Amino acid sequence: MRPTSFLAIALACTALAACGGSDPDQAQYGPDPTLPDQRTSLIPNIEISTPAGWGNDRPTVPAGYTIEAIATDLKIPRQTLILPNGDILVAEGKGGANAPAMRPKDIIAGIIKKRGTSPVKGGDRLTLLRDVDADGRYEGRSVFAENLNAPYGLALIDNMLFVANQDSLVRFDYRPGQTRAAGPPRTIIDLPSYINHHWTKAMTASADGRFLYIGNGSNSNIGERGLAAEEGRAMVWQVDVATGAHRPFATGLRNPTALAVQPGSGQLWAVVNERDELGPNLVPDYLTSVRDGGFYGWPYSYWGENVDTRMKPADPVKVRLAIRPDYSLGSHRAPLGIAFSTSTMGGNFADGAFVGQHGSWNRATPVGYKVVFVRFRSGHPSGPPVDFVGGFLKDGKARGRPVGVTVDPRGALIVADDLSNTIWRIAPNRPAQPGASAA
Amino acid sequence: MRKRPVGQTSLNPVRALLLGLPISLFLGALLSDIAYYRTYELQWANFAAWLIAGALLLSGIFVAVALIDLFRRRPYGHPRLMFMLVAAMWILGFFNALVHARDGWASMPTGLILSVIVTLLALAAAWTGLFGTHRVEAS
Repeated sequence: MRPTSFLAIALACTALAACGGSDPDQAQYGPDPTLPDQRTSLIPNIEISTPAGWGNDRPTVPAGYTIEAIATDLKIPRQTLILPNGDILVAEGKGGANAPAMRPKDIIAGIIKKRGTSPVKGGDRLTLLRDVDADGRYEGRSVFAENLNAPYGLALIDNMLFVANQDSLVRFDYRPGQTRAAGPPRTIIDLPSYINHHWTKAMTASADGRFLYIGNGSNSNIGERGLAAEEGRAMVWQVDVATGAHRPFATGLRNPTALAVQPGSGQLWAVVNERDELGPNLVPDYLTSVRDGGFYGWPYSYWGENVDTRMKPADPVKVRLAIRPDYSLGSHRAPLGIAFSTSTMGGNFADGAFVGQHGSWNRATPVGYKVVFVRFRSGHPSGPPVDFVGGFLKDGKARGRPVGVTVDPRGALIVADDLSNTIWRIAPNRPAQPGASAA
Repeated sequence: MRKRPVGQTSLNPVRALLLGLPISLFLGALLSDIAYYRTYELQWANFAAWLIAGALLLSGIFVAVALIDLFRRRPYGHPRLMFMLVAAMWILGFFNALVHARDGWASMPTGLILSVIVTLLALAAAWTGLFGTHRVEAS
């Protein structure tokens, strides 16, 4: 190769920042992550891990734990809910289909990102799984409700089963033991659905059952559809269960994809997906307690007062108000699930939160694609995250992508995988109990 | 061969369209960029992105014609200069499309500067093309 042509290629690569390369995983964890300078490139790094099957393989779990697929061939499972009798409800669906292409980029990016997702059509339904004999195998399976609209968030308060569709909050009457809803649900309120770029509506109920919290993701990466499109978005709503009245509870949360109430304190926590196209190690996705009335920066700033100049006009007043989140999970990991643990999960995993990470697209070296455990000490995250479920990536291909995580109080973690359309159950190995019957 | 009356253009209408389209589209993108720069209204940035994409699509044909012109036995105007201008316009236009794919203000001010340069190149290419016709008439 002539030196000049080599130089030309080298220059082109530098300009495009798209000639492969790698972005090693920076250990960007905890309350005070290192934030590199913002980096914009001509072609955003897009690295899609194309799907591959599991074969006879399965995800990896720590020693002393066993993982089983308790349901397969679902239709894009996202979040799960454990009912009081131990049944598992699975929300299945695929939303955001009506988001129009605003720019040529949207068309191209849409085609590329689609390669990393399941081709199965979203079920728009709830599937109920039942373990009849409490052996960890869910032999019962039925369709609990159909004709929903990309259901995602699930919450049960007394006999009221709430489902957050991509465009509305609806309620079923639930009777214990039911395997199918008695009738169609009643709509409580409409949720923001215009364009619906980040369409998932995460949901959880307050400890006293008076309120529902709903996470509405932004309609853009960084406000590029205009702020009018962000009405009611990038925030967590508090909905009064008795009246249906709602108000913004906390704002500036770009895409709060999963919510959970901490046992004991009753504090609301969220995992939030932060913005893209500022480089492989910006901006850290995070786990945070959500303060009433708090503003968390989007779109004006990130991780407190770090200004994002892509948003114009700027708002220095809002930037000064921006709260620093509690705990960085690392950039581009795409956390989509959160669940607080219980003592039945076993010693090392008893006090803390599980976080399902869907995995990256906007960096050369993929990250995420696993479920981690963030240990808590005196009610706060402490120490680096520990891998709990892994092995989703193999040889550059994705065999699964974790979304929702739920802790079964009897001692199991339930993980929804929207790429292999599987529900995984991870439980500590029980020592054989003398005299325990085989049944 | 029939002699053309002096003063009548020999410009093929398709060629005239090819010369004119990049000017209108890149100029439209430039004006949209100026509007976005002044107002922060994002719809202008969207307009610019589509106009540039359209300009690249149509001026792709222009590049092909200019390339063929390089190998004509009877040269048409200034084929080399023409090709260089059109190629530079297309390549910088492509970079401009990538810059306009960035979100929000990240396209500024690079996108605006590139739009000015690309529009000037489109004008220069058209000028060269029209000049070329005079040489044909004179022969």
